[in-house]
Amino acid sequence: MKAMMMGFAALIVISVGSYFALQQLGLTAGAVGSGDAVRLD
Amino acid sequence: MLRAFLIFVLCLGLMPLAAPHAAAQDAQQTIDRSATGGAQTLEDILARQRGEEVAPKTGDATSNARDLSGQLGTLGGASDPDLWRALRYGSADITVSAGGEVATVLVQDGGMAWLEFRQGPLAKYGGYLLLGTLALLLVFFVLRGKVRLDYEKTGRTVTRFKSFERAAHWLLAGSFILLGITGLLTLFGRMFIAPYISKEFNATLLMASKYIHNNVAWAFMVALVAIFIMWVWHNIPNRTDITWFAQAGGIVGSKHPPAKKFNGGQKIIFWSVILLGGSISLSGVSLLFPFEFPMFMKTFDLMRSVGIESLPIYGPLPTAMAPHEEMQYAQAWHAIVAFVLMAIIIAHIYIGSVGMEGAYDAMGSGEVDEAWARQHHSLWLEELQAKDKAAPKDATPAE
Repeated sequence: MKAMMMGFAALIVISVGSYFALQQLGLTAGAVGSGDAVRLD
Repeated sequence: MLRAFLIFVLCLGLMPLAAPHAAAQDAQQTIDRSATGGAQTLEDILARQRGEEVAPKTGDATSNARDLSGQLGTLGGASDPDLWRALRYGSADITVSAGGEVATVLVQDGGMAWLEFRQGPLAKYGGYLLLGTLALLLVFFVLRGKVRLDYEKTGRTVTRFKSFERAAHWLLAGSFILLGITGLLTLFGRMFIAPYISKEFNATLLMASKYIHNNVAWAFMVALVAIFIMWVWHNIPNRTDITWFAQAGGIVGSKHPPAKKFNGGQKIIFWSVILLGGSISLSGVSLLFPFEFPMFMKTFDLMRSVGIESLPIYGPLPTAMAPHEEMQYAQAWHAIVAFVLMAIIIAHIYIGSVGMEGAYDAMGSGEVDEAWARQHHSLWLEELQAKDKAAPKDATPAE
């Protein structure tokens, strides 16, 4: 049970972490699709 | 005299009917469209207004035509159909502020085939596959019942999976279930939620599903790599698997074939998860970063290089593909493989829970009774016991 909880905790950490990491790296759809004349954020 | 007069009047009456036809034939032959690059001329317009037949346009009418926004001058103008035709076939001169070359494709024909496939056969047969798997397992459970232990429990346990192994398993399992549910909501929400609950509720659910699906995908990929590294050695096929399959793994009948840490059935699950999960991950990454990692044209080129020119059901492999088509292929492949893996995992969940006595303990506490280990993994138990005997009793763990 403890291992299962650890697995689920890791799931949340990796998922939330990837969300913010991709944002920081400028790899979101908004950041990639934006241009000089178009802002998608 | 009267008869001659009537014939004369009749001829006068019929002349206007015959004249335009002759004139149209002349017009078709004589109109020179070189000045408009093949687009319609003033003569064409006047002829059409007279109700005459106008010969079809020739050449690339849009290339020499004036822009609709400018003065038409002597070159005529590109008509709406010309413009739409150019957009449809990718020959229109499009300028975009963002999105690069991909964004210049405003109309993409192949998209309709993808949409129809997604709303039709994909949803239909994918749904049937999952429901059929559930129905088959239900029938199997009714006929076979739970696979019980033949031996009496000993009370002594052996460690089947360590804590890290179980955590990685649940990371993979949890992420796959979330990805499966959100993927199904994305595909079926419009069919089964929007009409019966509300479009707003479906939209909210889809937005949440999108965030969960896109981010939990990374957890799935991390777990997939961990599982592969941990268990690949134990899942290399060997001779015992033949015996295991020959006896249907002991699930049908009363025999329990010998097996090492993973039996033949578990190896099927393992390689299905690795190969299908890996394929889903690749197509998923391609979808997560649209147009950055197109894979299908490269795959088709590779297939052609080894002599595979066409596929059953699908037909000849395409030789060119628009960037959007690449994405559509990736989405279709992602969903098809995911449906197959979901069906396999449903069977895995069944046998690991209600289908077999004691199976859940392996991933729950990690400890299984020796009786269970002897019945389902006898060779693995013998290896463990041989190791225990080989280890000196007075040995102390290394500092």
